[in-house]
Amino acid sequence: MKADVLIVGGGLMGFSTALHLAMRDTRCIVLDKGSPGRHASGVNAGGLRQLNRHPAEIPLSVVAADMWRHIRELVDSDCDTRFPGQVRVAESETELESLEKRAALTRSLGYQHEEIIGPDELYGLVPALAPHCIGALICRSDGYGRPFHTLDAFRRKARSLGVYYQADTRVDAVLRDGDEWRLSTLQGEFRAPVLVNCAGAWANHIAAMLGEPVPLKPGAPMMMVTERLPHFIDPVLGAAGRKLSFKQMQNGTLLIGGAHMAELDLLQERTEINWQKLALSARSVMTLFPQLKDVRIVRTWAGLEAFMPDNIPVIGASVTASGAYHAFGFSAHGFQLSPVVGRILSQLILDGTSELPIDPFRIDRFASSGRCA
Amino acid sequence: MKQHYQLAVIGAGPAGLAAATVAAEQGIEVAVFDGQIAPGGQIYRAMESIPQHRASQLGDEYQRGRKLVSAFRASSAKYFPETQVWSLNGQREIGLLLQGQAHTVTADQVVICSGAIERPVPFPGWTLPGVMNAGAGQILFKAHGIVPDDGVVLAGSGPLLLLLAWQYLHAGVSVKALLDVTPMMNHLYALPRLPRALLAGHYLTKGMQYKRDLKRAGISTLHNVRSLRAQGKDALQSVSFLHRGREQNLETAILLVHFGVIPHTQLGRVAGCRHVWDESQLCWRPQLDEWGRTSVAGILVAGDGGGIGGARSAEHAGRLAALQALYALGTLDRATRQRLARNDRKWMREESHIRPFLEAFFRIADDMLQVADDDTLVCRCEEVSAGQIRAAVADGHRDSNQVKFLTRCGMGPCQGRQCAEAVSHIVADASGKAIQDIGHYRPRPPVNPLTLGQLAGLHSEKAE
Repeated sequence: MKADVLIVGGGLMGFSTALHLAMRDTRCIVLDKGSPGRHASGVNAGGLRQLNRHPAEIPLSVVAADMWRHIRELVDSDCDTRFPGQVRVAESETELESLEKRAALTRSLGYQHEEIIGPDELYGLVPALAPHCIGALICRSDGYGRPFHTLDAFRRKARSLGVYYQADTRVDAVLRDGDEWRLSTLQGEFRAPVLVNCAGAWANHIAAMLGEPVPLKPGAPMMMVTERLPHFIDPVLGAAGRKLSFKQMQNGTLLIGGAHMAELDLLQERTEINWQKLALSARSVMTLFPQLKDVRIVRTWAGLEAFMPDNIPVIGASVTASGAYHAFGFSAHGFQLSPVVGRILSQLILDGTSELPIDPFRIDRFASSGRCA
Repeated sequence: MKQHYQLAVIGAGPAGLAAATVAAEQGIEVAVFDGQIAPGGQIYRAMESIPQHRASQLGDEYQRGRKLVSAFRASSAKYFPETQVWSLNGQREIGLLLQGQAHTVTADQVVICSGAIERPVPFPGWTLPGVMNAGAGQILFKAHGIVPDDGVVLAGSGPLLLLLAWQYLHAGVSVKALLDVTPMMNHLYALPRLPRALLAGHYLTKGMQYKRDLKRAGISTLHNVRSLRAQGKDALQSVSFLHRGREQNLETAILLVHFGVIPHTQLGRVAGCRHVWDESQLCWRPQLDEWGRTSVAGILVAGDGGGIGGARSAEHAGRLAALQALYALGTLDRATRQRLARNDRKWMREESHIRPFLEAFFRIADDMLQVADDDTLVCRCEEVSAGQIRAAVADGHRDSNQVKFLTRCGMGPCQGRQCAEAVSHIVADASGKAIQDIGHYRPRPPVNPLTLGQLAGLHSEKAE
């Protein structure tokens, strides 16, 4: 099969890229080794967070936030988004100081989306919170969405614009033939002048085929969801001193994440919950919301995600091959960036440049360190 | 609690009791984790405390349990009653809840004896209060002696339905009608399997006896019933159905349904054991070898949890699994394992003669399995209808997990126990694929209730 662009990876980044390209009349084929959104894209915590982003990600995240507020215009669905804000609470003076420094840094970069709030406002926003917190960093325009519904909306819209998607198709080899990329799979050969690598936890295999291996490390952050409870909290809550992400979804369930990692068998694509580590997340919740101790855990799971050593993604053109591009390694915070990453890649491919600063995400930034996966 | 056992047996029904007893006799450390308050499982529930007069109502088979339980009690196996197993992983780490305290312990060998659950078959009105699984009614009866005073309607298919009607009859409960949804055509398909079934003739004799007794008591049994429908506003008021081409209606406040039993597979699934679709039993079951070994090293399954074979068969399977575990632990050599297994193998073969006949005879009609009516709820936890599932398939979601992601079907507190089989049937039918390819929901522990507070207080025996 032939197209203008071949995209490897049927997750959010792949479909967002395909969608933005299709909106500009570019024919795309998306290939996935499994089913759409099977890993990180479909099962992540759904956070739409500008709060506490790596400085390099802030410009992208701020544009993405605006795209999320108008997401229906892009994909004909609101992706079950809500924007009740995100807070990062401080439980000690030291933590509050670190949050204040952070707010100052964001302001110094020219951004206004993060503020410090005191206990009065914090407890006004989150009355259910245990009384020992002394303040928080807040981004009022943050929120969350439902990942698999989002993936489904992007996929549908892309499909309606003519994007061809093929599941269960693993790329075995990448070959350059004149001006064309040839991807060989058990299901046949796919050809196009442009190749985009959005292969998530498997993206280093594709990068290696292009001659630029990266020190990507697959990981599987654990999450749990509880039974439904009466509505009691609006904002998404994190903590300066804890690995925690805590939110009450529209249906009343609590979604609790915290980037504690599951045991992982990449070959079998299987994860196994590490209960000792997940208990740490439960303990964090018990400290911040002791009244929830009798709430039942309904499910736990872990999605497979690509982590980079510096916890920021790879976005941009290949340095070894022309006509090849990358977007992967979002290190468990890519959901919010997905609309803007698709736009950036479409601009790189069609215009040769992007309006946003992506230099910090270049793929060869690891080359000098000599660390390779 | 110790942090490690040589053998952990999960469940104390016939398979678990037999496995634990055999293993303990060989002097290894055995722990039995059981959710019930006393040994016996479902079939031999309340074995030790049930009054003699009620035990005799429940038939001879029930007495068989006493022997098993007393042998187990006399053994050195350590019994943990009221212990919920909420997790098991491929490293044989077991998550337990004991008196409100969560623990993890490990074992060299694990035998899962989780038994069977009633096959959930969604039909119009099945979620109305007043509609109950026949097994739930039986549990009330066995453990508490509670019987509905206004009479009941029984509906469904399978050998247990007759047994239950017979047991109610003996307890003086009025059974207004027995609605058998088994398709008449099954008799034809079952016929070639009858000669083999005659080798286990005592089952057939017993079935005939139940039938005779029911008939003598004047209980009307309607065969080949179709389009079963529970009706009522906020609770069950009546049951409607088609019989001999005529629409009929029966008023009742209680409808007990039973569509046979299927293996309870959640624990093996969460441990990563490979499962296969059994087209004869119409259910998922773990892939097992002749000893009950799963695809995961050191994890075995015995009894109905590995495929429905009944209580006697489970007992033999439990002993075989224990022998294999003992062999793996180095307690028995190969020759001894083979020798000790001989008798159980022979009896298990005898027991298996009846199964193909029963499975063909009581096979549920396809339109019921595939939930023909679009408005019928399939997932009662998240209120997802058959129509929504078919819409998801039409939209390109071609396996159970994608359908689950999209519709939330199977994401409720029952962990998909109630809807997994029905979703497999619907998705396979709607997409024209084989059920084996549709797959089953990926397991998401905990498989038994665990609270945030309990997880926060997790006591890791391993860490000490």
